[in-house]
Amino acid sequence: MRQNRSNQLLKFTDKGIWCEKADVYIDPWKKVKRALITHGHSDHARTGHDSYLCTESAAPAIKYRLGKIDVQTIPFSKPIRINGVQFSFHPAGHILGSAQIRVEYKGEVWVVSGDYKLEYDGLAEEFEPIECHTFITESTFGLPVYDWRPQDEVLSAINQWWKSNAEEGKTSIITGYSLGKAQRIIRGLDRSIGEIYCHGAVENINEVCRIQGVELPDTILSTQEIPKKDYIGNIVVCPPSGINSPWLKRFGSISVAICSGWMTLRGARRRQGVDRGFVLSDHVDWKDLNRAVKETKAEQIFVTHGYSDVYSRYLNAMGINALVAKTEYTGESIDAASDQNTSAI
Amino acid sequence: MKHFGQLFTSLDQTNSTNAKVRSLVRYFEKVDDEDRLWAVAILSHRRPKRTVKTSQLREWAAEFANIPSWLFEESYHIVGDLAETIALVLPASTSGSEQSLSEVIALIKNLDKKEDEFKKEQIMSAWLYMTFEERFVFNKLITGGFRLGVSQKLMMRALARYENQDENKIAHRLMGKWTPDTTTYEELIRSENPLDDISKPYPFYLAYALEDEVGTLGAPSQWQIERKWDGIRGQIIIRDNHLFVWSRGEELITEKFPEYHPLAELLPNGTVIDGEILPFKDGSPLSFNLLQTRISRKNITGKVMDTAPVILMAYDLLEIEGKDIRQSSLQKRRSALEKLLVDHPTEGVIRLSRILDIDRWEQASEEREGSRLHNSEGLMLKRLDSIYQAGRKRGDWWKWKVDPLTIDAVMIYAQQGHGRRANLFTDYTFAVWDGDNLVPFAKAYSGLKDEEFTRITSWVRKNTIERFGPVRSVKPEHVFEIAFEGINRSTRHKSGVALRFPRMLRWRTDKRPEDANTLDDLKKLL
Ligand SMILES: [Zn+2]
Ligand SMILES: [Zn+2]
Repeated sequence: MRQNRSNQLLKFTDKGIWCEKADVYIDPWKKVKRALITHGHSDHARTGHDSYLCTESAAPAIKYRLGKIDVQTIPFSKPIRINGVQFSFHPAGHILGSAQIRVEYKGEVWVVSGDYKLEYDGLAEEFEPIECHTFITESTFGLPVYDWRPQDEVLSAINQWWKSNAEEGKTSIITGYSLGKAQRIIRGLDRSIGEIYCHGAVENINEVCRIQGVELPDTILSTQEIPKKDYIGNIVVCPPSGINSPWLKRFGSISVAICSGWMTLRGARRRQGVDRGFVLSDHVDWKDLNRAVKETKAEQIFVTHGYSDVYSRYLNAMGINALVAKTEYTGESIDAASDQNTSAI
Repeated sequence: MKHFGQLFTSLDQTNSTNAKVRSLVRYFEKVDDEDRLWAVAILSHRRPKRTVKTSQLREWAAEFANIPSWLFEESYHIVGDLAETIALVLPASTSGSEQSLSEVIALIKNLDKKEDEFKKEQIMSAWLYMTFEERFVFNKLITGGFRLGVSQKLMMRALARYENQDENKIAHRLMGKWTPDTTTYEELIRSENPLDDISKPYPFYLAYALEDEVGTLGAPSQWQIERKWDGIRGQIIIRDNHLFVWSRGEELITEKFPEYHPLAELLPNGTVIDGEILPFKDGSPLSFNLLQTRISRKNITGKVMDTAPVILMAYDLLEIEGKDIRQSSLQKRRSALEKLLVDHPTEGVIRLSRILDIDRWEQASEEREGSRLHNSEGLMLKRLDSIYQAGRKRGDWWKWKVDPLTIDAVMIYAQQGHGRRANLFTDYTFAVWDGDNLVPFAKAYSGLKDEEFTRITSWVRKNTIERFGPVRSVKPEHVFEIAFEGINRSTRHKSGVALRFPRMLRWRTDKRPEDANTLDDLKKLL
């Protein structure tokens, strides 16, 4: 290794990723004074910190989710100096406002990528490769079995499925994270097939996005009062937890689909017991993960959540110095229990 | 392959049995007799002979995908299915296959005993022109274990609908040792006399576990109550002076049991007996482990037969003098069985499963609790007037198994699951106390709810002590009640014991690690 661990620019502590020199944490999971936040997902933006710094477009969702907090915002690419260390936020392409955080001190550059994807989804600011000495990456889908199809192809499969359900007089139920994935799905839906209804958790985020100026097609909040027959032929977008709850009883005959990178595996789909699985993820697949790592030209890679052991071994075998870093990020989950956004219904 | 690939996709995209049957019927309509016969064969677990080693497939797939072979193996561990892993790692192709199912199978069969280079070239170029689904089914055809998310039962239902025939008749036609090489579709499904295959067994009648109170079954006098023996359910057929032994899994296992071979002479032609293949010595059954070891052996030597000799514990008589008597009552079949064995003594090769003398259900309950003393798994309850049905059916037959043995143990290692549970930690190693040390004694991966696995997974992530490849040692904090069917001494295990069918009964969140059982407690169960 090029440098010894004690004077690393960023350190993995039990509170989070820490820049000792500036005394700030990036996406910390325990209470800290000053937190730099890559994006608003619950494993990255947590309550309880004294102050928050995030991008302008990430702020509305973070404020909405965390309530009364002290948030400062910063435009993409604009550097800020804290105690002599220079920080800047760069698009991560994961969800609207999501950032990679670049940290520079005396010519040494580290990048914390948070969660990211390379494909432009029309919603999140397009991923920007940044050269650095040390790159910290997730590896949620860091195995060669994960290979995403282009978004258009997936969305058109979703519309086809919706259409054939509509023809059979069924209501289509589709799940995706309330923040990010849901809006990505909604934007891709073909309104000529029917109406788009949304679970409360999703609709709340839709509103946050609309206020921010994001263009979304019209959606209707799904409420108890709406009779079953109104849903027939239409589609309902809900968070992953929706399909395991009594909430589902308000619809008549349904077909249920999950949108997640995990739907690559037949086994994962069967476990969920749903009709369809669409492979649509806000994280990088294998080929883009490798591309991203390569484009940073980094000499050292830290691999956080996901298949971190396997992926770091792969990088080392490819001649890239890589280490596993222990964090509390959870990556993409299709399990209800881990979609904490729903608590904000 | 196009139609078969589409069949796979449509079966895979629905959970509705009706929709699955519809897809199958549509497939049967679209293809010719040859492809239909192969599809039926595959869906009844008759795959073409294996002509390629899976180790070679893995190697070629890794090469095709341009990844190191260890990475392929890691991926395989996560996906849990070899055919699927290969299909997933191969780079996407631009075209689909033009060949029919039978042509693809011919290609696979043609690889037999060929040079490795030839095999590799054939497989790689086949992969090149296949869609994801086609690659998946193609790999499945090579490796076997084809499930397709559709049971044999559903396939038979669809075939019966397509042929406009009775489902039970189709089921019986499809029994036995036919393969698409030994018969034609016409002969197997439509011929007048399907029974000319003398080895053909009857579909087994299987019981569900008793869920309600035993008292709800009415008077014990209407029931035949026997022990449930812990061996391999089997059918013995004597026709044309030949003996055939079938396992419940529809495997012909005649050669595995030389003990039965004299029966070809001792019993009259046209006899079919349903019973339990049971390791048995000095008047009592032996442990199932012995039978399992014996089954896995290629050659049945005198030594093997000496350590694990088998008998047939006879339950039922299905055919006598060439006549199918499955529609007679159990009572009648039983007395015919008893008479047969009196008239034709088998020198101890066949024993009658004893009927327990029970007047009141409390007696049955006591007998059930004492099952382990008899090396038995519990009781079988069969209505005296029941006919012999096909497949697993409720109502007339019930199995009433003894409660499992249990022990409280501490989780010390966790490993990620695969397939259905690829993103969760689901495989755990458990330990009991030996003084101040925790001694691992069992691994288990089933018995918890998905929601519990999710909770444990996030706990494991935060409480990992050390990583050994895919395995993590975790803080000894969580206690689980482990259930198992039996326990044996073992020199291969550190703990000195080996459990049969260990599984998690419940997560004892009310217990602390120091409350878990000790190795001595475990050994007391031996
Ligand atoms: Zn995220
Ligand atoms: Zn994340």
